[in-house]
Amino acid sequence: MKILVIAEHDNNDLKGSTNSTIAAAKEIGTDINVLVAGNSCSSVASEVSNLDGVSQVMHADDASYQNFLAEDLANLIVSLADDFEYILAPATTFGKNVLPRVSALLDSQQISEITAVVSPDTFKRPIYAGSCIATVKTLEAKKIISVRSTAFDGVTSSDNAAEIVSIAAADAQNLSTFVNEELAVSDRPELTAADIVISGGRGMQSGDNFHLLDSIADKLGAAVGASRAAVDAGFVPNDYQVGQTGKIVAPDLYIAVGISGAIQHLAGMKDSKVIVAINKDEDAPIFQVADYGLVADLFEALPELESKL
Amino acid sequence: MKILVPIKRVVDYNVKVRPLSDQSNVDLNNVKMSVNPFCEIALEEAVRLKEAGSATEVVAVTVGKQESQEQLRTALALGADRAILVESENLVEPLVIAKALAKVCEDENPNLIILGKQAIDGDNNQTGQMLAALMGYSQATNASEVALDGDSANVTREIDGGLQTIKVSLPAIVTTDLRLNEPRYASLPNIMKAKKKELNVISLNEMGFDTSNRTELLSVELPAERAAGITVESVDELMDKLKNEAKVIS
Repeated sequence: MKILVIAEHDNNDLKGSTNSTIAAAKEIGTDINVLVAGNSCSSVASEVSNLDGVSQVMHADDASYQNFLAEDLANLIVSLADDFEYILAPATTFGKNVLPRVSALLDSQQISEITAVVSPDTFKRPIYAGSCIATVKTLEAKKIISVRSTAFDGVTSSDNAAEIVSIAAADAQNLSTFVNEELAVSDRPELTAADIVISGGRGMQSGDNFHLLDSIADKLGAAVGASRAAVDAGFVPNDYQVGQTGKIVAPDLYIAVGISGAIQHLAGMKDSKVIVAINKDEDAPIFQVADYGLVADLFEALPELESKL
Repeated sequence: MKILVPIKRVVDYNVKVRPLSDQSNVDLNNVKMSVNPFCEIALEEAVRLKEAGSATEVVAVTVGKQESQEQLRTALALGADRAILVESENLVEPLVIAKALAKVCEDENPNLIILGKQAIDGDNNQTGQMLAALMGYSQATNASEVALDGDSANVTREIDGGLQTIKVSLPAIVTTDLRLNEPRYASLPNIMKAKKKELNVISLNEMGFDTSNRTELLSVELPAERAAGITVESVDELMDKLKNEAKVIS
């Protein structure tokens, strides 16, 4: 059972979502090949070759892969697909963009965002914003699967030194071109990689009030997130959003402030190890999932918390 | 310029969905059905492009059972000019939906296809990208801004960590993220007018490809519940618990 894992990286560093996807692959089989496609990304290829469980690294280095555009990347993956029974990618915006394109080109119905491997052809995945968990069996010979990163503990570096094979680029498509990218510049950890996340909801009342969360986040080394309600209200950009339609996080500590706890939001954070809820409405559903609930006015509780950290 | 907007009939987003007692599927008996919220955003974007004079026709299409006509009527009330139902006897998987939409694209030759990034039932996030692949079109997923520019479009995408802008050559597929726009509500006069707009029904089975499912749903269950926590009385008590009991801060 040969498995191809599509690595997510930024040409310099590997993203943790790749480590989790390799971990999921290890639950399926042992012959794990990782595709590192990018531009001047040999440092990423060597990083992957040291990861536990990796049998081989396939390294495609070409200017056309600089920005990971779906059309070109999908064609490359399809050109390699003959040799593999499984193709796995992380269910991040990167993987969600490219993998269904691969799936259609190979005429195979993808299984999206698995959270558990039951057997090599059967997987668990959340549906209806995480209200229910479906167990699905694929009948496809070539299985195409995206993996929810937070559901699998990522593999780590070992004394492994998998072979790195250079592969040729597929023909460029020229269907789309990269214009620019504005990545949020922050000294704080990224939401999906942070050990501590503090999120605000509609109860924050305005975007300005998020500075109350920022100062606590700075003291804790935490990332700042938000509920969909706070994003919809325009308090913060969508990349703050934690939830089924945003980012899925599972930090050691998740602090939900002024968040009622809609199912949509819970689906994105309920696998956190410890959950704290601060809300003045004692009936808010968030308290049902919280390990520690504080019924309080956040505008009093947050400054007090900040001063005592 | 013609814009095709594929939509989907799904459980209303306010409904709390539960498994059937035999866990064979989710319980959809007597629940409210609506247009998938991301599809409403797609439709709104198309209608705005028409109102701005950039598009001449907006065609809504869905692949689903006969009752999906309700959602197409909603789309017509929201500003679509006409609608197409690709009628199927069963609910079909994203790849089949994408193949059916590809057939519709071949007939309609739209310049732009705008879809929701995912439907809130299966949460698959596949159909748009699959359709792009089948048609050989460019794709811009998770759009938060769409600017037409002659034979191409500049689309700003919401990606992990920020925003990315790409230029796609038309015809192209765009899938919508939450912040692209805020959809309007249908006015009563428009709901009345929608009843007279053209709605064509074509049969999925007559499209000439295999529509059988490639996956089997074995069971549906509730997610594992978290054990109930405790209520703390003060910030001091909270800090104490986090430091000494949970040991997650120092």
